[in-house]
Amino acid sequence: MNFAAAVSVALNALRVNALRSFLAMLGVIIGVGSVIVMISISQGAKAAVDAQISALGANSLQLRPGSSFRGGVRGGSGSATPLSDEDVEALRETVPYVIAAAGIIQQRGLTAVVDGVNWSTEVAGTHPDYFIVRDWDIVEGRAFTVPELDGAARVAVIGRTVANELFPAGGAIGASLRISGVPLEVAGILAERGQSSWGQDQDDVIFVPATTMRNRLGGLSTAGVRNPVQSIWLGIDRARNMEAATEEITDLMRVRRNIRIGGTDDFAVVNFAEFLRARNETESQLGLLLAATAVISLVVGGIGIMNIMLVSVTERTREIGLRLAIGAKQADIRNQFLIEAVVLCVAGGLVGMACGAIGALVVESMGQFPVSIEPMIAFVAIGAAAGVGILFGFYPAHRASRLNPIDALRYE
Amino acid sequence: MAAPATLIRARQLSRVYKLGGGDVHALRGIDCDIAEGGYVAVMGASGSGKSTFMNMLGALDTPSGGELTIAGQSLLNRTPDELAAFRNQTVGFVFQQFNLLPRTPAIDNVALPLLYRGMPAAQRRERAAACLEMVGLGDRMDHHPSQLSGGQQQRVAIARALSNEPRILLADEPTGALDSRTSEDVMDIFDQLNASGITLILVTHEAEVGARARRRIVFRDGRIVEDIQ
Repeated sequence: MNFAAAVSVALNALRVNALRSFLAMLGVIIGVGSVIVMISISQGAKAAVDAQISALGANSLQLRPGSSFRGGVRGGSGSATPLSDEDVEALRETVPYVIAAAGIIQQRGLTAVVDGVNWSTEVAGTHPDYFIVRDWDIVEGRAFTVPELDGAARVAVIGRTVANELFPAGGAIGASLRISGVPLEVAGILAERGQSSWGQDQDDVIFVPATTMRNRLGGLSTAGVRNPVQSIWLGIDRARNMEAATEEITDLMRVRRNIRIGGTDDFAVVNFAEFLRARNETESQLGLLLAATAVISLVVGGIGIMNIMLVSVTERTREIGLRLAIGAKQADIRNQFLIEAVVLCVAGGLVGMACGAIGALVVESMGQFPVSIEPMIAFVAIGAAAGVGILFGFYPAHRASRLNPIDALRYE
Repeated sequence: MAAPATLIRARQLSRVYKLGGGDVHALRGIDCDIAEGGYVAVMGASGSGKSTFMNMLGALDTPSGGELTIAGQSLLNRTPDELAAFRNQTVGFVFQQFNLLPRTPAIDNVALPLLYRGMPAAQRRERAAACLEMVGLGDRMDHHPSQLSGGQQQRVAIARALSNEPRILLADEPTGALDSRTSEDVMDIFDQLNASGITLILVTHEAEVGARARRRIVFRDGRIVEDIQ
């Protein structure tokens, strides 16, 4: 008997028992559906973390002052001597892997004014390298330049939120805005970044040259450090040099800050991407655990298929006897039942795939988890379902094929 | 007229079932020849061995000892698949309980043996339709068994047995589930088929049915006790 004929015989048998076929499929539908929801959530979490990592800038490190430690008293984070532009220059010149370096001074709650419209926002003074380190594109206009930095020019690069609030009608480039009464020309608008991983609007910011911040906007009050910055962002050339760069930066900073051998660092080199990846690791392990639970439900569905196939074989013993009597080979009988099981499972897999995709969309619409539905799951669903069909359909099919024709014909 | 060729040849045919403690001898050394074109009634009480003998002839069961040659093929030491191929090509079965597939049209029931022969669908349908015409059910091809009377169902079963053009037709109590009038119709079909050259062997305990055959073989306790030509 050829394959097409075998499939049509199997389909016919399933159609004759439509309700039972559907009930048998339910387990597979639920199993495949939940596998797909779990995979989509786990993929979604991964995609969200990837987006956060790329928002940090590829291969970026942040250097910030740590706690001071004087006379046995440990100060809070950031209580140590501030970093300065001289540190930035030393790092840029000395550490081989550093391709870009920018100090930054941030101040929240400053008010920007355009034609009587106020917007309270964060103002950050920095070096043009900052946009390179953070992989942050300028979508309109340009970044400020090093000569502008040297001359404490009155220029600003604004985030998308600020642009929308202060210039709702557009035309921001070349226009003027005032911060603390100081007029600044808008040179560029940054690409939209959205929320940071800790829920802050990254586009609600105005960047100005660090010198402008210090000299004109009243920057940072400092204790005996010239040209201070709050933290330094460093761009490293390659991902594999991140560790070596961290070591070199640490060594250089220990020398610059006169820390004795054996002394505690009063600064920290932070690799945010690594931190996020570590957190993602936990999330994806949780996702795997959930997927494993879903696989168990698929196995339970498979057991349901096996159960229904055994009932079907018993119920159709006389039919099997007749088929054997009129010339069916053992393989014909085995294939017939195996195909029935696989058809049941694949049909269940397709319905489960649809249910799973809908379920994933519902989860996404609830906004609790980011979700990513990939075309690859179609293969996972059908492959898993067909696998379950063969695995759990084989035993009943084998049993059917080994029936003795006489006993089967006489079966009551 | 030359004597017709021997189609079935059994020598010292025996069948022993192992049941619980002891052996059950269903057949004890049967010697029997059946000629091509024969019309044979196999009779006997239940447990006499007649059904076992029929199962042997239909290659549904294998002998424990002796020889059995049908249409030139020995049926000893064959694999299940070889026996299946033999059944598919050489014999047709008609059962007491018809054994039609439920919720399946008559024509598909009739075409079933051809399916296992690997015949293309269009050809199967054509052949099955011709067989249904032959038993007078040309107008009932798409009816399901539940929509047919007992006599009609048995005729569908006969058409199914004929679809693979067997040399031997084996009927096990073919009228056992039918009333006397429909039994007559079914037996008339058997008479016609035998007249067209098919070797017909039927198991029955009804005298009228046995009377139609040209030869009667009576079994008792696993042996042939009467063989009347």
